[in-house]
Parts: sequence; C-alpha cells; structure tokens
Amino acid sequence: MNAVRFDHVSKAFGTQAILDDLSFEVPAGRAFCLLGRSGTGKSVTLRHIVGLVRPDSGHVFVEGRDVTTLAGRDLAAARKHMGFLFQNAALFDSMSVGDNVAFPMRRHTDWSDADIRDRATRKLADVGLDQEFDKMPADLSGGMKKRAGLARALALDPSILLVDEPSAGLDPITAGEIDALLVKTKQAGTTLVVVTHNIPSARVIGDTFGVLHGGRLLATGAIETLDASEEPMVQAFMRSHGGG
Amino acid sequence: MPLQVSVVDRAGAGAIGVFAFVGSVAAFGARAVVEAARPPYELGEIVRHVYQFGYRSAPLILAAGFAVGVVLSMHTRASLERFGAEAMIPAGLAIALITETGPLVAALLVSGRVGAGIGAEIGAMKVTEQIDALEASAVDAFKYLAVTRIIALMIAMPLLTIMMDFAGILGGYVAEAAVSGMSWQQYFERSFSYIDYSDIIPATLKTVVFGFLIAAVSSYLGFTTTRGTEGVGEASTRSVVMSSMLVIVSDVILVKLIFFFYPQVSG
Repeated sequence: MNAVRFDHVSKAFGTQAILDDLSFEVPAGRAFCLLGRSGTGKSVTLRHIVGLVRPDSGHVFVEGRDVTTLAGRDLAAARKHMGFLFQNAALFDSMSVGDNVAFPMRRHTDWSDADIRDRATRKLADVGLDQEFDKMPADLSGGMKKRAGLARALALDPSILLVDEPSAGLDPITAGEIDALLVKTKQAGTTLVVVTHNIPSARVIGDTFGVLHGGRLLATGAIETLDASEEPMVQAFMRSHGGG
Repeated sequence: MPLQVSVVDRAGAGAIGVFAFVGSVAAFGARAVVEAARPPYELGEIVRHVYQFGYRSAPLILAAGFAVGVVLSMHTRASLERFGAEAMIPAGLAIALITETGPLVAALLVSGRVGAGIGAEIGAMKVTEQIDALEASAVDAFKYLAVTRIIALMIAMPLLTIMMDFAGILGGYVAEAAVSGMSWQQYFERSFSYIDYSDIIPATLKTVVFGFLIAAVSSYLGFTTTRGTEGVGEASTRSVVMSSMLVIVSDVILVKLIFFFYPQVSG
C-alpha cells in the first residue's frame, strides 16, 4: 500500500510554475528522498502532503485519503498521522523544549500531565536532549533545535514523517546523527518523505529517490537507477557530494 | 496636467488601499467571530492572554491614569476658577475621565503596548514557520493565535479602563488635595454626585469594541507578515498606527451611538 501518492499535481505561485504534472508514490514503511537544487519546489511538494499548500490541479493521497479535498476537522485528523520536521525546526519559541515536544500530546490526547511529561522526556532522550527539557529554543544550537524538532514531529508516533532538509546548516557530524535518527525511525516502521539536496545524506536514509527539476521528476527509482541515469542533470546531481 | 493626473492617481490608489485594508481586516474579524463560537474554545490560551494583556499592562495604565488625573485636575481647576465653580472640579474631572478620556487613553496605550506585541509575535511566528508548524500539528492556528487574543483583549480592555478611571480620579484627588486640602471622602462624593450608571457602563463597554479592533488589526498584520525580520518590524509598527486610528474613528461612531441610546448622557 502507498502511504503517499501524488497524482498529476501542478502548482504555480502567480506566474511562476513550481510543480508541473508531478506524479510519484511512496510505499508505506519506506523512505523516499526527493532531491533537487534549491528553489525547484521540493519543500512545496512536502507542504502539499500535509495540506499546507493546495495544488492548482491534481490530487495528493495520504494513506488513501485525498488531502486536497479535506478541510477543518478532517484535515486535522489526517495531519495527526503525520509529523513534520521543518528546515529550521520551527520550534515554538514561547515554550520550553519539553513543552514543544509535549504540545501535540496535550492537544490531541487525554493523557495525564505526568504521563505527557514522561513521554516527552523519552522522546527527547531518543534524540539525546532529555537534559534540555526546560531550556528555551533560543538557548539551543542549530543541531539541537533540529533534534528537538524531530522529537516534536515524532511526539504522536506518526505513520508518516515529512522532513525538510535534515542536514541543512549542520556540521557533518551532527548531520550524520540526524541521518541515523531518521534511519532508526524508518526501521521502526514510519514512512519517510525527505527533501534534501545533500546526496550523501540521501544515500544513507533513502530507499527510493526522485530528482526534481523544473517542477518535474527527471528520474525516480532506487539509487542504482539514478546513478545509471543518462540525464545530464541527474548525473551531475548524483555525482556531487552536495553538503548541507 | 500630468502632475494633476499623478496626484489623482496616487490619491485614488491610496483610497483603494485603505478600503482594501479595512475590508480585509473586517473579513478577518468576521471569521474570528464565527470561529469563536465553535469548539474547541481554547480557554487556557484565553486566560493566559488576559493575564498577559491585562495584568502586565496594569502598571502602565495605573501610572498613566494617575498622571492624566493630575493634569486634568490642574486644567479643570484653571477653567472652573474663572467661574467660581471650584466645587465642581471633582465632578467635572470624573465625567471627563469616565466618559471619554479614560477609555480612549487606555485604548491608545493598549494599542501601543499590546497591539505592537501581537503584531510582532504573530509576525515572527509567521516568518519562522511556527504558524505552519501549528497547522502541521493539526492545530487551527487562526483560532489558537488570533481568536484567543481577540477574546482576551475584549475581556481585558474594560478592566484596564476601570483601572485607568480609578487611577485618574486618585490623581485628580491628589492634585486637588495639594491645592485645597479637600478630604478623600468629600472628593469622592463630589466626583460621583453627577455621574449615573448610564455614564459609566456604555463608556466602559465601548472599550470591548476597542479591544476587538486592536487585537483583530494586529493579528491580521501578524498573519500577513512577509519579508523576514523587516516585515516583523513593519507589522509591529503598523499594528500600533492602524489600531490607534481605528480606535479613534470607531470612538466617534460609538459616542454617537451612546448618545442615541442614552440621550441623558449627552446632557
């Protein structure tokens, strides 16, 4: 079964076309890495999945439901099955790190405060930040923010995790730690859709790949397929060592 | 001729811009009213914002109210002395303060302190993707951020106005006592000798509308912030300017309505 399916999705902002008849599928429990240069619509693609952006035409199916037709409570219900790690983590800066992680639990469960605190601490421990529970996001480094963002995205054990540029702005060691956490999350059964321009990172995380250029997928498939592609842009991209 | 056309064009474009802004804010406010009636009611957030807007604005309101009371007392004395009507100073000051000066000054101070804060906070959340993060967490960001702040300020505004009125009367008393040695009891009795509930209640309740306008305008500007930190600063500044202007314009309409429904207030 597919966790995510794009069906001929097109999107433009004003006169600028971002996605042009985009179609792809992500099987449940697998990791799909969407590769491409900056500004090619990778993040916009990710935002379509969680319903933050609506397509001009086409459909986006998440676990069989067409999110492009959902609104209000139905959309909220679909979003509860997804976690989203934003490029800059997007932690709520008026809350402590622990409260950020506890926030989805407080909103969507009837667990007791003690239970929520315990679960939030364990989620933070999973990313090595349990000692930072009471710190404010402003007191964290970029890598720590990203890890805290990942803990928040995983707070409700989502079946699908959307990740926007996991290694952007991070040193290679911290980027490697984030990659390892994502692999661990995939191994626990979560579907990953990862947007990145960091090829080494993608090779570690991904099962299937797509290269986005000019709003279209130039190539999709396993890493061997992309490595063997004769498309010049794909070749150039796959041979790069693209750091974050 | 081209110069005239240019001036007319610019004036027309400016007028259209103002109407477009007011229309957008009205639609935003109308949506807030509709959403306020639907669960979840976010009571925890509303209480938190009432504390933030109300309790934390109290020192500013009390200090400003006291100063306004002192100044009003000095001006009222200077005017009424000419007619030998010094005994009317407490009542004159209380009427001016309760019916107009207190509500309006409180609203303008709140638009500066709270309006700027709302515009900057929501604007910063917009440009740092925190609003998207709320939505992605299956939380209605409009309701969570805007509706709660609008309701909270509608609750806090009349309470702050009452504080402003009380501090103003106290300031007036201190100024008067320094000159004439009048006792607090006598001052208080004279203050309220010509005041009726119809002076106090409509004037205080009109600040509910001020609270709605300040929070709705500031939230709208926060939600529509673009261009990073520069946009956040602009949202904050425009929140103060636009909400102050709307408070003053709406005050004219509200006073007219109060005079219509309570003719005795207009004397």
